[in-house]
Order: sequence, then structure tokens, then C-alpha cells
Amino acid sequence: MINAWWIIGGVLFALLNTAAGLIWLERRMLALWQDRYGPNRAGPFGLFIVLADTLKLFFKEDWIPPFADKVVFVFAPAVVVASVLMSFVIIPFAPGIVVADMNIGVLFFLAMSSLGVYSIVLGGWASNNKYSLLGAMRGASQMISYEVFMGLSLMGVVVLSDSFNLQKIVEAQRTVWFVVPQLLGFLIFMVAGIAETHRLPFDIPEAESELVAGYHAEYSGMKFGMFFIGEYLGITLISAMVVTLYFGGWLGPTFLPPIIWFVIKTFLFISLFILLRASMPRPRYDQLMEYGWKVLFPLSLLNLLVTAAIKLWLISE
Amino acid sequence: MPITVTEEISARFGEDAVITLLTRDETPTIRTPREKVVAILQYLKSDINMPFRMLYDLTAIDERAYKKEQNGHKPYDFTLVYTLFSFERNEFLRLKTGLHGEFPTHDTITHIWPAANWYEREVYDMFGIRFNGHPHLQRILMPRTWEGYPLRKEHPARATEMGPFKLFDDKVDREQHAMQFRPEEWGLKRHSEDADFMFLNIGPQHPGTHGVLRIILQLDGENIIDAVPDIGFHHRGAEKMAERQSWHTYIPYTDRIDYLGGVNNNLAYLLAVEKLGGIDVPLRAQVIRIMLCELFRIASHLVWYGTFAQDLGQLSPVFYMFTDRERVFEIIEAICGGRMHPNWFRIGGVAQDLPKGWDTLVKNFIDYFPRKLREYDKMVMKNYLFKVRTKGIGIYTLEEAIEWGVTGPGLRACGLEWDMRKKRPYGGYENFAFEIPVAHNGDCYDRAVVRVEEMRQSLRIVQQCLEYMPAGDFKSHHPLATPPVKQHTMHDIETLIHHFLNVSWGPVIPPGEAMVCTEATKGWNSYYLISDGNTASYRTHIRTPSFPHMQMIPLISKGYTVADLLSILGGMDYVLADIDR
Repeated sequence: MINAWWIIGGVLFALLNTAAGLIWLERRMLALWQDRYGPNRAGPFGLFIVLADTLKLFFKEDWIPPFADKVVFVFAPAVVVASVLMSFVIIPFAPGIVVADMNIGVLFFLAMSSLGVYSIVLGGWASNNKYSLLGAMRGASQMISYEVFMGLSLMGVVVLSDSFNLQKIVEAQRTVWFVVPQLLGFLIFMVAGIAETHRLPFDIPEAESELVAGYHAEYSGMKFGMFFIGEYLGITLISAMVVTLYFGGWLGPTFLPPIIWFVIKTFLFISLFILLRASMPRPRYDQLMEYGWKVLFPLSLLNLLVTAAIKLWLISE
Repeated sequence: MPITVTEEISARFGEDAVITLLTRDETPTIRTPREKVVAILQYLKSDINMPFRMLYDLTAIDERAYKKEQNGHKPYDFTLVYTLFSFERNEFLRLKTGLHGEFPTHDTITHIWPAANWYEREVYDMFGIRFNGHPHLQRILMPRTWEGYPLRKEHPARATEMGPFKLFDDKVDREQHAMQFRPEEWGLKRHSEDADFMFLNIGPQHPGTHGVLRIILQLDGENIIDAVPDIGFHHRGAEKMAERQSWHTYIPYTDRIDYLGGVNNNLAYLLAVEKLGGIDVPLRAQVIRIMLCELFRIASHLVWYGTFAQDLGQLSPVFYMFTDRERVFEIIEAICGGRMHPNWFRIGGVAQDLPKGWDTLVKNFIDYFPRKLREYDKMVMKNYLFKVRTKGIGIYTLEEAIEWGVTGPGLRACGLEWDMRKKRPYGGYENFAFEIPVAHNGDCYDRAVVRVEEMRQSLRIVQQCLEYMPAGDFKSHHPLATPPVKQHTMHDIETLIHHFLNVSWGPVIPPGEAMVCTEATKGWNSYYLISDGNTASYRTHIRTPSFPHMQMIPLISKGYTVADLLSILGGMDYVLADIDR
């Protein structure tokens, strides 16, 4: 039991620090790609910017606009952080290092990530601001439609590994990583994952140049900080899930311990998220929906059908 | 000999309909009785052979303080000035009509040109002249609660003439009341048969508007039913200031009209001043001016390029493009000492000769920039998502463009190969070889295509300036050139006197009126100057390209979504200071 508490504490500590550290990482990497310096003054490599940012957020006035629906307004940012943190429960960081070894791990992840949309909808609605409302509307429809084939796309993995348990899924990749047989599934999952974390190019709910800040336009201080942290946790979660489902999780040559492999792979995908943000424009909201329902949804179904058919054929052989 | 437009009008409307006026520029200028002006305008637009299809400008003059009667000035209290342009004739036409009375009224021409809407509102706002039949005669640049009409001669020009500012409670209430949003005042309905509309203010503080601009959107979901631009937040009274600055000291104010265009504004103003004064600019000064203008065109287009990509969510290009713009500014700074507002052209030439080593700087840039442009093509123009967001968005046809007074790249994107530098060369542009880029769909993407290609052409012009920079004076020896070339002042008394007077009083520009239309970075820009033989202009009217472009927003954004509006705004390339002056 004590061991479990250590794991929970360790995971929580590591995650919150990662999320905060990502603020620095993202700003530095964006700067690198955009021919500028980024934060480089506070501490070594500007690392203390994280500290400064956090302190600033904590000391800002805890402002709730008088026209907002107060209870929901306060509640909404907590949802995103809570739901993402809950999803991490099922991620196996290394053999045995997992908070809850559930045999419905994949389903639990899908359930939790669906809850995240509440924070956008509720936050946008409770703000009582037209920009926030538009952002919330966009967010809700985007996340609900991308939820559908996010689930479908990773069913291929489930078919191949015969399990919803993430530890078993990782173990099933000992011979070959699932990215090889499930390349299409991986790509679809990746796109859905970006939409799910509403990062550029799919940052349509906040779309700065159109909606100012979208659903969190009225938020400031630590309540905004929650959305902020939630977004970075989301990136980490999707990266960790991609690694677990398609890139062999902790598996890797033995000269490094499994957990290091997991961390390295996850950070590669986090960097990919940041690179995407540095390079892509944003499609229009209806174009995104069209792309989702008319292209990705049929593809993910097709992927599942073909995978299942091949699997059945192999079994019958 | 072909008959002139004046003869055609008098043949149709009678001899008394036309009084030909003398001006310092080549623009045919006629005065017509006020009863006939609307009919004549209608005739000029639609019935005449080779019609004047574009309403280039519409403004007014307060004649009541004109020094002496000349050229038809003075017998009227106010004069309305319509400036038309015919592409078939490649000719401007200026139509004037005199009005009597303290607060005269006149008939609207909005039924002939819908584009007259904002111009007439501006005239009402600035002079108090009312237009009968105008659909929405409201103040446009000044706040609705403003008292008085700024461009009338009795309106004070300085804060010190206005008495202390006091904000009493009842005034606060009045201002607050005026600020409340009532859709009906903007000609918007609250409901349709089956839906309630949402009204969304884009701006005045909004990251997508590039300045203090407010656009009231009437939305059904995210679909734009109607859009009403509310401008004037950036109005600084540039035209009023011209009436109290000397001809020379007004130059820095022009820098700040289209603040991205830099010396292009100086040029438009000075060409008109030089026309009034009859000053010939030496060849070297002309080439220096052109080189600087083209460098500024590149700088301006780079800002547009980067911010357009940013409006569509692409975060990085703006940084690369601002870095390149910085390279342009390095050259400009080395030559002028200033960056965005170098205030570097002078009446009769430029402020100084080129510094040593300017050619190396320019050459390095010419070698460096084409490679970057190719890189940007790959990064932005060929990007799939960029195309999806801009192709087929914000379309207007060539007819609509001419009807609404669209000029510059926005006009060329509709397929009309028309560049003032080529068609009506000014300031020495006739000596340069360059192409006029055109595109044919008239959507946001094509406007971008034209601008990107324009940067390449500007680079070509700069290269020719570098290769063929003539020797000679950088400023004219004409007595009105201000300030006169310094090295002569210590040697001959005549130049010393001119120097002293032109610096202390400013030059006295002979009476008359002139306008030179230039192809500025965003479209046609011109300063319509009227001198009554004084050290300051009697009336300065600045015709800026962004003003009519912004007026078109409702027309080209209806039926699109909020996200598309940002593409349209970004693709238009306007500058708020250029709209509001």
C-alpha cells in the first residue's frame, strides 16, 4: 500500500513539474525556431521563468467578473486538470510503475478525456461573454466529433494486442511496435490527439486572432493557470499515450532503464507538438469538422475493419 | 482633335453647365451649377463614351476665409469637389460645385456610387454640409457627441484655443449614453423571422484588427449576416493640422498617415507641393526617392505578409519577416537616420545626399532577399491550410472593385493590369523597367499573390537604382526648395535670405491647386492641396486607399464566417491611420 502512495505521489510530482517545465520548454523551442532568444534571463537558460510565471499567477487578483455565473466559473478550470490527471492513472511508465493497473485502461482513458470538454463548455458558458461562448461552442463540437474516431483509431491496437490493459499492450509490442502495423491508426490518433488538446493547428476554441482567447477570455490568475497547466498536461498525456500504444512504451535497448526510454520517447512527441505549433496555420472550424467526419472517421473505421479482418484470417490459418 | 470631356458635358448640358477652371496640375477641372451636378455625375458614370466609372474622391472646401478671389474661389461659402477616374481614358476629372449658406445642404450621390456613402459622411462630419437622401448620415471620424465641425475655418485647430476641458456629470452621462449600443442606429435588425441575431464587437481592442478598429458583426451562429465598420478611433486631424503647419513642417505629419509606407507619403505630398511651386527635382534626387519608396514598399509588404499569416494562426513567419524588415530598416536608417518615419524628403529633393557605403548595404540586401522570398513561398503561399483559408474568400469582381474605389494590389488581384507607376508615371518612374503583377480571382489568396510578386518587382527597381544612380544634386536650386542647399548660403546673399525665410516662415507657395496620384503601398494615395499664396496650405485633403477599402467590408464579408472575416481583413492590408488620417 505504501508503495502505491509513493507511485501516486511520484507521478503527481513529476507531472505537475513537467507541465510547468513545458512552459519554459515551449517558449525556448518556439524561440529557437523563430530566430529569437525566448526567456533567457532568470536563472540558468532562463529556467526560473517557470518559477516567476507561477508566482505571478498565484499573486494575481483572484478576479471573477460580476456578470459571470460564479460557481460554474470557478468549477470549470478544475475539471480539465482533474480529468487529465485522472487519465494518467492508467499510463504504465515502466513495468510495475503504474497507479492503477486496470484491465479497461483504454476505455478509462477515453472516458476521462471526454470529461475534459466540460471545462471548455462550462468555462465558456459561465463567462457570459460572447467570445467565450463562441469558443465554447467550437470547442464542444470539435472535441465531441474528434472523440469518436480517437476511440475508433486505437481499437486497432486493442485488436492486435487482445487487451484494453495498457501494460499488456506494451508487452505485446516486444517483437514490433504497433506503429508499423497500425501506421494509419497512429496518424489518426495523433490528429485526434491534437484536436483533443486543442493545440495549433487545431486551437480553434481559443483562436487568438479571431476570438481573442476564446473560452478562457475572462479568466485570469490561477484559474487561468489551471487551463494553462491543463493544456500542457494534455500534451503530455497524448504524447504518453502515443508512446504507450504505438511506440512500445518503456521498451528499448537495455543500456537505459525502461522509465528513461519512456520519458525520452514522450518528450520527442511533446517536441513534435511544439514544432507543429511553430509551423502550421489554423484551418477554419467548419473545415476541421468536415475533415474529421468525412475523411478521418471513415478512415478510422476502415482501419479497424481491415485490422480485424487480418487478425481473424491469421487466427483461422 | 478629339473633343475633351468638358466639351462633351457642355454639348449635353448646355454652355452654362461648365466653367473650366485653371489648376496647377493637368487634371481637367470644371465648376458646375449645383442643380446640374448630380445629373452630370450620372452622365459621366454611365452614359458618356469611355465613362468615368470610379469615384476617386469626394471632399469639400470651406471657402469663407480664402484670401483673394481667384479661380472661382470665394464667391461661394463652400465648395464640393468630386474627383472621378476613367480607366479607358486614363484621366482624372475634377468637378466642383459651389454652395451658399452657413450650413448648406446638397443632394446625395449615393444612388450613383454606393462608395460615396462614407465620403459624404466625412464631409458632413467635417463641414456640417448635409446630404439629402443619404441613407445613414452620421458622424464618421469624430465622436458622435462632438460639437462643431473640425474642418470649418471657425473651428479651433489647437487645444489652447478651445478652453479647458471639463467633464461634468451630465456630460459623462451624455457620453455614456452615446456609447450604448443600439443596433437600429447602425441599420441592423435584432431578429429575423426565425432567429435572434448575436451582435459581436470585433474591436476596438482586438488582436485581429491591427489597430483601433471596431467592426460590429451581426451573427447567426458564426455566420456573418452583416458587418458595420466603425472607424475614427485613429483620427488625428491630419488635414486640419496642414492648415497651420508650413508647407515644409507638414512633411513629418505625412509620414504618419500610412505609417508602414514611410516616405511614400512624403512623395505623394511633395509631388503636389512641387507641382504648385513649379519645382523640378534633379534626377539624382528622383532616383534616391524612388529607391527609398521601393524599399519602404518591401518593408510594408513584409509586415502585411507576416501578420496575414499570423491572422490565420501561423505563428512563425511574422518573426522571419520582421527580421527581414529590420534589414530593410538598416538601409533606411543608414540613409535617412530614421526608421519608420524618416521624414526625409524635402520640397525640391531629399534632406541629404546618400551616405558613403550605401551601395554595399543595398547590394547585400538585393543578394539576400530573393532567397528568403522563395523560402516564404514554400512556407506560406504553398501551404495547404493557408490556401484553404484564403482561396475563394472575400471575392469581389473587377466591376465591384471599380465601383467601390478599390485600388492598388486589391484591384490588380481582379485582373486589371493597372499600376499608377506605369500608367501615369510620376517622380521619374517612367525610367524604370518592371512588371505589373496581376491575378484574376479577386479573392484573398490572389491579393496575396500580387503583393508577394510586387516585392520582387520592387527589388528590381531598387537594383536599377543601385546600378544607374546618377550623379548630381540631391536638391533643386529653385528658390522654394526648402531648406536651400546649405553650402551655398554662406556664399551668396540670395540663398541666405531664402534659407532664412524658408526656415523661419516657411516657403510661400504660389496660389493654385494640385494633386498627384501615386501608387502607394496599399493603393492610390494623393494629397489635394489648395494654396492661397501663403506659408501654409489653405486646404489639404488626403485621399488614402485604405478608406474606400474598409468601406467595402460589409459587401465582401456577408455570408462568410467570423474566421473568414480575419482572412479578409488580413488580406486587405489596411492601416488604421491611413483610414482615419
